[in-house]
Amino acid sequence: MIDLMDRRADESALAVSPPKIEVRGLDFFYGKVQALKAVDLAVPANAVTAIIGPSGCGKSTLLRTINRIYEIYPDQRAAGEIVIDGANVLEPRFPLSALRRSVGMVFQKPTPFATSIRKNVAFALSYYERLPKAELADRVEDALRQAALWDEVADKLDASALSLSGGQQQRLCIARTLAVRPEIILLDEPTSALDPISTARIEELIDELRQRFTIVIVTHNMQQAARVSQRTAFFHLGELIEVGDTSQIFTNPHVQRTQDYITGRYG
Amino acid sequence: MQKTPGHTLKAFDQDMAELRGLIADMGAFAEAAIEEAMRCLVERDVDAAAALVEADDQLDELEAEAERRVVELIALRAPMADDLRDAIAALKIAGVVERIGDYAKNIARRVRRLPEKGEIEPLSLLPEMARIASGMVRDVLAAFAARDPQAAEAVCRRDDAVDDFYESILRTLLTYMMESPQNIGPSTTLLFVAKNLERIGDHATNIAEMVFYAATGERLTDGAD
Repeated sequence: MIDLMDRRADESALAVSPPKIEVRGLDFFYGKVQALKAVDLAVPANAVTAIIGPSGCGKSTLLRTINRIYEIYPDQRAAGEIVIDGANVLEPRFPLSALRRSVGMVFQKPTPFATSIRKNVAFALSYYERLPKAELADRVEDALRQAALWDEVADKLDASALSLSGGQQQRLCIARTLAVRPEIILLDEPTSALDPISTARIEELIDELRQRFTIVIVTHNMQQAARVSQRTAFFHLGELIEVGDTSQIFTNPHVQRTQDYITGRYG
Repeated sequence: MQKTPGHTLKAFDQDMAELRGLIADMGAFAEAAIEEAMRCLVERDVDAAAALVEADDQLDELEAEAERRVVELIALRAPMADDLRDAIAALKIAGVVERIGDYAKNIARRVRRLPEKGEIEPLSLLPEMARIASGMVRDVLAAFAARDPQAAEAVCRRDDAVDDFYESILRTLLTYMMESPQNIGPSTTLLFVAKNLERIGDHATNIAEMVFYAATGERLTDGAD
């Protein structure tokens, strides 16, 4: 048997371009339980990086670490570095509001606020910026257009966000994230609660958005990872097992555990 | 990379096993067809040769069945990585084996063009060439069944022997034709047979490359064309 288990040099264009996010030696702990172990991962700009792996592999934890959302829980702790544009955002000195503004996050279940569609999008904007009314309206429209929702809601901006369908609510959440003009968008299972048509719309949207943003998506759906991402990272038990161009990971993974997982031979 | 036994979804293993079985059946059919065609040629068994030509339809049906199963497997199981490479390889190999069957059929068709009686001296070289070529077909399909890239690579190396046979048969037949114009007819027939066998060797080599890629994800680079 020819030994192909060695991890080969990753020479793809995306691997060698300067990363937007560089995770270095990242450990993460929930109390005494270590959820991430010495993770090194470069996330390229203007591309979608998919994080895949079985439940409990640490993929959502990684997202939660990138925007430091974990800090609201006292017994959760990260060590190592997450460097975005040259600065280690895990440094306590790094201003949280600047981080949250440049790193937007969308969750598994749509989380619209129980208010109008307009106010859902304007809310974060008015938190970060003081804008004249006309400009605020422009920015709301702009965000809704970017989230491919404008045509469906233009004539009912003052209707309740809760009156929208699940897929529309999720696009509203994406619009809310886009409104503050982040550079990085984190998506945690963004379509797992949606039907196939809404899922396809969101995937199309993700593909459009990658021209302007750095996107990291956590997904249990490997076909989705294959469809929307350019880079795929496979995690298992808190370790990064393999990262490579999505086409390579899904046609010719270099590590046995990756192959077993994506072909459905795992556990 | 090793293939860990068993998908979590066992029906997937069943589908893959059946697909491999189908390709193995096609290979056995093609190999038997080559041997039978050569026997007909040597023994001038025109009736059996005609029956062999008819029987080729079965191989076409097996190929269609393999295609149907691969399309279904891709649609329903969404295979990834080595599974996907195996499924695509099975589809391509089925097509190539069908071509190999066509070459055996072509050989069978030429049987009636040989004179019923009398020795044709160069005919003695062809059965050995056919043994090598059909052996390559047998072994390369065994390599696919076993996902054995090294066995596939070994098959490629044997193609040189087939090519050498072809060269030497060609020269012998040319000499034979120059001896007497009456030899031109039967010699041309044998030349076509040798060419068919040479093509079978090339196709077995192509299958070996497919097997190697399916098993390793890497291209088999040097040597074979």
